[in-house]
Amino acid sequence: MILIHCPYCDDIRPELEFAYAGEAHIARPADPSALSDAEWEKYLFIRANPRGRHNERWRHVHGCGRFFNAVRDTVTDKFELTYKAGEPRK
Amino acid sequence: MSAHRIANACRLNGAATVNFTFDGKPYQGKAGDSLASALLANGVVLMGRSFKYHRPRGLLGAGAEEPNALVSVDRGGGRFTPNLRATAVEIHEGLDARSQNRWPSLETDFGSINDRLGRFFPAGFYNKTFMWPRSFWEKLYEPSIRRMAGLGDAPSDPDPDVYDATYAHCDVLIVGAGPAGIDAALAASASKKKVFLIDEQDELGGGALADPALWGWLAESLKDLARLPNVTLLPRTTAFGYYHDNFIGAVERLTDHLPDPGHQAREKLWRIRAGEVVLAQGAIERPLVFEGNDVPGVMLAGAARTYLHRFGVAVGSRVALMATHDSGWKDLFALARAGVGVAVIVDLRESVDPALLAEAAELGLRVELGSAVIGVSGRLAVTGIEIARADGSGRHKLACDAVLMAGGWTPSVHLWSHSLGKLEWSEEWGAYLPGKANENVRCVGACGGNWSFGSGVHVGQLPTPKNPALLKAFVDFQNDVTAKDIALAIREGMKSVEHIKRYTTNGMATDQGKTSNLNALQLASSALDRPVQAIGLTTFRPPYTPQTFGALAGHAKDALFQPTRKSPIDSWAEAQGAVFEPVAQWRRARYFPRTGEDMHAAVNRECLAVREGVGIFDASTLGKIEVVGPDAAEFLNRMYTNPWKQLEPGRCRYGLLLREDGFITDDGVSARMAPDRFHLTTTTGGAARVLNMMEDYLQTEWPDLNVWLTSTTEQYAVIALQGPKTREVIAPLVEGIDLSSDAFPHMAVREGTICGVPTRLFRVSFTGELGFEINVPAAYGLHVWKQVWEAGQAHGITPYGTETMHVLRAEKGFIIVGQDTDGTVTPYDAGLDWAVGKKKPDFVGKRSLARPDIVASGRKQLVGLLTDDPNEVLIEGAQIVADPKQAIPMTMIGHVTSSYWSATLGRSIAMALVAGGFDRMGETLHIPSASGKTHTAKVVKPMFYDAEGSRLNG
Ligand SMILES: [Zn+2]
Repeated sequence: MILIHCPYCDDIRPELEFAYAGEAHIARPADPSALSDAEWEKYLFIRANPRGRHNERWRHVHGCGRFFNAVRDTVTDKFELTYKAGEPRK
Repeated sequence: MSAHRIANACRLNGAATVNFTFDGKPYQGKAGDSLASALLANGVVLMGRSFKYHRPRGLLGAGAEEPNALVSVDRGGGRFTPNLRATAVEIHEGLDARSQNRWPSLETDFGSINDRLGRFFPAGFYNKTFMWPRSFWEKLYEPSIRRMAGLGDAPSDPDPDVYDATYAHCDVLIVGAGPAGIDAALAASASKKKVFLIDEQDELGGGALADPALWGWLAESLKDLARLPNVTLLPRTTAFGYYHDNFIGAVERLTDHLPDPGHQAREKLWRIRAGEVVLAQGAIERPLVFEGNDVPGVMLAGAARTYLHRFGVAVGSRVALMATHDSGWKDLFALARAGVGVAVIVDLRESVDPALLAEAAELGLRVELGSAVIGVSGRLAVTGIEIARADGSGRHKLACDAVLMAGGWTPSVHLWSHSLGKLEWSEEWGAYLPGKANENVRCVGACGGNWSFGSGVHVGQLPTPKNPALLKAFVDFQNDVTAKDIALAIREGMKSVEHIKRYTTNGMATDQGKTSNLNALQLASSALDRPVQAIGLTTFRPPYTPQTFGALAGHAKDALFQPTRKSPIDSWAEAQGAVFEPVAQWRRARYFPRTGEDMHAAVNRECLAVREGVGIFDASTLGKIEVVGPDAAEFLNRMYTNPWKQLEPGRCRYGLLLREDGFITDDGVSARMAPDRFHLTTTTGGAARVLNMMEDYLQTEWPDLNVWLTSTTEQYAVIALQGPKTREVIAPLVEGIDLSSDAFPHMAVREGTICGVPTRLFRVSFTGELGFEINVPAAYGLHVWKQVWEAGQAHGITPYGTETMHVLRAEKGFIIVGQDTDGTVTPYDAGLDWAVGKKKPDFVGKRSLARPDIVASGRKQLVGLLTDDPNEVLIEGAQIVADPKQAIPMTMIGHVTSSYWSATLGRSIAMALVAGGFDRMGETLHIPSASGKTHTAKVVKPMFYDAEGSRLNG
């Protein structure tokens, strides 16, 4: 069971308290109606799915309830770091 | 005399006598014996029948690696455990152990016909033979194979035992209490660290238990460790899995070794988080591959030494050794010095360490170098061997009653592999050793490659002058895989170890190839003429050895398997004899049968009671979210499809929630309590999902909005009253609210009191009748329910359940998200375009409603179906076709989503998702059924009752 650092609680807690929430830094477009079908498709469905370093979102759902971002290695499952939502990509 | 107990030094000297049975026959052993050592001491060498060929099998090893001697233990009262390794079963007074996979007896087994038919069961047999047709597999092949090939019987009674579980934390966790593990524990404990030392055996010591020279050191060390307050010793505890961040799963066996297990927990699951892990799991000796290497009495050399020194059991009276490695010579010398007769030492190597030859000469032992065993005589037990020189010359036979195999050692890297540590090939060991770590872990002793045990050579199969196509030389004993099978797999094109493994099933038995993986790799390497490292290595996965379901489940079974959520009204419904059904984690009253009523009769009565009088329904499970803040209306306007900003306080609105891909994910009626406060409702199963989704948008997309979300699902009891007489029932109970239709119209909310309890009173309807939903604080729910129930008696109030609720809403064509939608249904598909605010510039999912595939024609749309025969009720989920005469497989154009008998209408009704459904009004469609009958039904609008809505505005 992975240990995850919640940047809001500033505490390391077991994976059971958290929920995965998909790739990070995919902002909802300000005006979706201005997007072409291809652009909307890219926003909705196209994900990086890298082998290795991945910026992704987690929620401390059974803790403070906050969504935050993390960098996790998809090969080793190791968390490199976590940071608050709204902070720039790391 | 073959295997027998010998009198001189062993660890069981002076131990008490223990009576046990094997296959019903009584035997005596000593306290401290394993079932394996106790049976050997009684001269029993035949202990099992093999998985596929039913070949007679004896012990291969003395520890966790044992593939052959699998037994069942019956403790009575449903305590039955199959597939235990006899080497890991401690005997106790009254132990009832049984052999497996044989009929009628271990000695005479009809299944052994498979052995004669062996040439019909080559590698890939299952893949090639049992492919088609499917019915043959289900009715013939699988039952026959299950009967003939297999392990022990699964127990049929519920397990009466209880299982304990605990979490633990330590600085250093050491797995394996052999010399290396004990040294590591002593070193770590000196620094005051919190240390756990765990070992799968009943006695700590590992390899030291088979080495009398270490017994003094072992006793002193264990005494020291036991005295230290910072050290926890856990014998009988198997670390079965190594998970992320040094999280180790282990099972401690508490009662299996006791004559009377009593009422204490049988096993305890330890979930241990360790700062550092030290793996000291030792190494497993490798068998050699030659004709007859599975005859009972052929075993690993190190195991023979363990039986001798730990248990005082000689594995034979005239023992032969087949070695490619020095360690076997030392094991055999130990046997010889204990007085065990030796037939011969055969070693494949042309020359060996002169010191070994000198010691053999001193002991007067016959030695044949550059030679190999090429055959074994005896069926139920070894009677002799045939030997030839490596070039096939000089064939001769010798009598013996046991054959020891010494093929070198394989470090136990199982847990290391679980931790995703890298492995590196070692020519010296002929095996993979731990390389770069992925966790804070290190390997010590033999499993880390740090052990001086002499040298040897590694061969996949011993040379033989015999025809290799006719040999039964076993590689994987538990799955009956021979060298011939691996050769065949390679001839048929399997090149990677993953393919060879699956084609032959090598390494796929419950022992995960502990004794077979490396030999299979060597064989593949030779056949493909590529280095072993190029063949690849299969991955070890938890569990290291099989564990009981009981230990893993722990307390999470029966009523504790998952929480059952009960509404505040649940006890009343139970007392009324309600029949319940699970909805998400809730249990909800499905219907309230009167004496002699089945569900159909009860639901018909409940439906008519609501339509004609008044019904009372527990809607407490509805998800509820309180949305508060100055931007609450703006937030909901962005989330839901319809407009919210103009909704006046005191009014309700049906809200439709889409995912960003445009598909319906939830719905519910919500109320504006104040300009900055909304009372949202969600579906019973969707509450947590909706709250999570709303939090996500609020926290990460629109953090500028000043809104707070609070789950209030369990804060309110919700009592729904539906039917034309509803108002009369509650009028005397309500204070501070004008219930008249003008003052309190449909889709409105008022605050006041009912029965003296503060309430949010909703005027809403999921039935099409006049209706109110009384929200009161949950703690008052039962009180108010009972008062309403009393007040309703004069009006014939009738409790109804979820089944009646489903029928009533279907009569009105109201959808249930998740039943009439399936995650691919848009508001347009569901006929809910009236709920979409087309003038709104944006809401979640809006842009997707213009996606090409969503505006395309031919999408499945929600329609009503009326069967031509009004008495036929379609089956929910049934597929729909346009032309019933077309050839099978037919083109399916949709399916029935909801279908009921409507007592109100006196006929059946159904809803369905049908391709192009809106354009098929009046068309007749066909619904073939499993019985062979094809139903016909007309497509109609999904609105079967009171289309103008006059009843709910009354
Ligand atoms: Zn947190």
